[in-house]
Amino acid sequence: MWTSFLIAVVVLLALALVFGGLLGFASERFKVEGNPLVEQIDALLPQTQCGQCGFPGCRPYAEAIANGEAINKCPPGGETTIKALADLLDVEPQPLDAEHGVAQAKRVAVIREDECIGCTKCIQACPVDAILGSAKHMHTVIESECTGCDLCVEPCPVDCIDMVTIEPDIRSWTWSPPEPEIIVTDRQGARA
Amino acid sequence: MTQLWDFSGGVHPSENKQQSTSRPIRQAGMPEHLVLPLQQHIGEPAEVMVQVGERVLKGQKIADVTTGMGVPVHASTSGVIEAIELRPVPHPSGMSDWCVVLKPDGEDQWCHLEPISDYHKLDRETVLTLIREAGIAGMGGAGFPTDIKLRPPRDRKVETLILNGAECEPYITADDMTMRKHATEVVNGLKVMAWILRPSRCVVGIEDNKPEAIAAMREAVQGTQIEIAVIPTKYPSGGEKQLVQILTGLEVPSGGIPADIGVMCQNVGTAMAVSRAIFEGKPLISRIVTVTGKAVREPGNFEILVGTPVSYLLESGGLQEDQLNRLVLGGPMMGYTLTTDAIPLVKTSNCIIAATADELPAPPPEQPCIRCSQCAEACPMELLPQQLFWYSKASEFEKAEHLNLFDCIECGACSYVCPSSIPLVQYYRYAKDEIRKQRAEQLKSDHARERFEARQARLEREQQEKELRRKERAKAAAEAQAQKQAEAEQSVAEGEATDERAAKAALVQQALERKKAKAAQAAEPAPAAVEQPDIETLEKQLMQAETKLSTMQGMLDEARAQQADNVEKLERAVAKNHDRVERAREALAEARGQMANNTSDASSE
Repeated sequence: MWTSFLIAVVVLLALALVFGGLLGFASERFKVEGNPLVEQIDALLPQTQCGQCGFPGCRPYAEAIANGEAINKCPPGGETTIKALADLLDVEPQPLDAEHGVAQAKRVAVIREDECIGCTKCIQACPVDAILGSAKHMHTVIESECTGCDLCVEPCPVDCIDMVTIEPDIRSWTWSPPEPEIIVTDRQGARA
Repeated sequence: MTQLWDFSGGVHPSENKQQSTSRPIRQAGMPEHLVLPLQQHIGEPAEVMVQVGERVLKGQKIADVTTGMGVPVHASTSGVIEAIELRPVPHPSGMSDWCVVLKPDGEDQWCHLEPISDYHKLDRETVLTLIREAGIAGMGGAGFPTDIKLRPPRDRKVETLILNGAECEPYITADDMTMRKHATEVVNGLKVMAWILRPSRCVVGIEDNKPEAIAAMREAVQGTQIEIAVIPTKYPSGGEKQLVQILTGLEVPSGGIPADIGVMCQNVGTAMAVSRAIFEGKPLISRIVTVTGKAVREPGNFEILVGTPVSYLLESGGLQEDQLNRLVLGGPMMGYTLTTDAIPLVKTSNCIIAATADELPAPPPEQPCIRCSQCAEACPMELLPQQLFWYSKASEFEKAEHLNLFDCIECGACSYVCPSSIPLVQYYRYAKDEIRKQRAEQLKSDHARERFEARQARLEREQQEKELRRKERAKAAAEAQAQKQAEAEQSVAEGEATDERAAKAALVQQALERKKAKAAQAAEPAPAAVEQPDIETLEKQLMQAETKLSTMQGMLDEARAQQADNVEKLERAVAKNHDRVERAREALAEARGQMANNTSDASSE
């Protein structure tokens, strides 16, 4: 009677020790630096660094999302980003939070160069170093590097920066999905 | 007999080729304006090299690609550059692109040409450059620069060179007519390409619905090792990957190119252009285009100058505008509807279909997929069209991509067989473009992140450097301060030290004085002791004086003995010393007498 009881206790203890040791070893051996989820979320965000979400850049927002922040605060990412985030985090996609702005077409900043006084304020504001120029010299935006974040418009003392919507041209054109037909049963007599 | 293989799927749409093969190739003639788009190839658009108002000669290079992939554009005839502007170009979007508008002067004057009679003497690189300079891009439809295609990766030896004369798409007969009329030129071009690539096998694939072309080509290849392979008519056997499979039995790997398995396909029209570029020195400025459809009275093939407007060509074909319902560029399977006939025909345009309403009716509305799987049976790439359709429609592009969406050649066989008339290919094109767009955006956002992080790092570094500099400055200042203080302290300390010494000395002095004073006080009761120092000093003085006097006396004696001049002086000094000794004796005697009195006084008291 007592022997079997003791055997059970000893066996369970031994098992607990073995697995405890294994887990302890694994947690040391396969230790992950930082939160990999933040990296994954950050990779999905559009990296405009615009701060419209209320966080100072995309990474801080990614960290906030990893800590339970809502996923619908990124207007530049729009629907696509929300969907991707919902997929990643396995939550329901939500409509874009209008409080943080509305999704709009891709834009780039353009400096009206003859009005620029060379104050370098926009250069300091640009999160991706897309503005070129030096003090008392004209500045210009490197279009291919501009994320359209808007952050340079506010600091300009002479208001010479415009946000210009990128017009689709023949090289950026893409196929659109077929137009859905409203009355699908009306086949116009085709393939009778 | 060449061994043939089959590819899975495929369809047999009505061919509708006989309409345009009954007439020989006609010259389209000279339109009023030629519109030459700067991008007629895959790659970067060419840059204009001429100015408005400049006169150019036929075959003169007017635009070239300096950076990136691409081929130059040449003037199709002699004339004056009238404008360089945005014009609608052949593109499914119907959008405009930069074009050079050329007003022909009617002289059709060629620029200087350099034909090469024996290309074997040149090195291959030179021939490839000639092909590029002739502006040749794949004329089958894609427009990939031919010279680049003819340079396969070093580790990929092209074993089989295939000339694609299948022309499987209904209505189109441009390649058929080219082979019939220009078989020799086509074969010559093929020989040049074979010489460049050195394949072990060279084969021309022609569908069996083109007996005249087959006969002409057979005649042209006599005496060469080029094979003519007659392949069964099935759409899309003219697809590059399908033709490779038919002729070699090899499948091009997913995402790969035929060169990966040692095969290369070239188009019949491209071969002719290569032949003209080498043997006549002429750039690619004309091509053969099929004009067909029930809305033209005289369908057929035309040799057109690149840049000829569609409207002009339709006129040549006898367009009945009241009959025209839909204008299609390319074939009915893979072509696209044109919104305007004001677009120019370019290097890659092979067919114009002016269709009547009953010939190519508007596509019927889409109905739900009934999972009949006819599309899967028709798919020549062995994909799962209905799954791709579901995922594309639901915007689940990742899943569509996982099902090899990018292997779809957009041949339209699935749409053709779909009983629900679902525009499947358009869904796939949409899905592909969306995926490409997302990839581009991902790249851009990654790039932006990199730049952002680099900037953050830089700012941090600057901050640290600033901090470091500040600290250094602070440290330097502190050091300077410390040094100053130390110096001050040192000086103070030194001052104190001297003071201390002085003080000590003073103290010692004082102590000594105090001691002396004490001693003096102790000696006070005895007046003799008080007088004692006086007598002592007097005795001393007397002694000194006596010593001096004796020294002087000695010196005087010596001087007298030597009869020196200073005897008198010495005599005077001796006399003076005598006086001093006398006075000292008197003072001493007086002091002694006084002391004796004091002692007697003290003893009497």
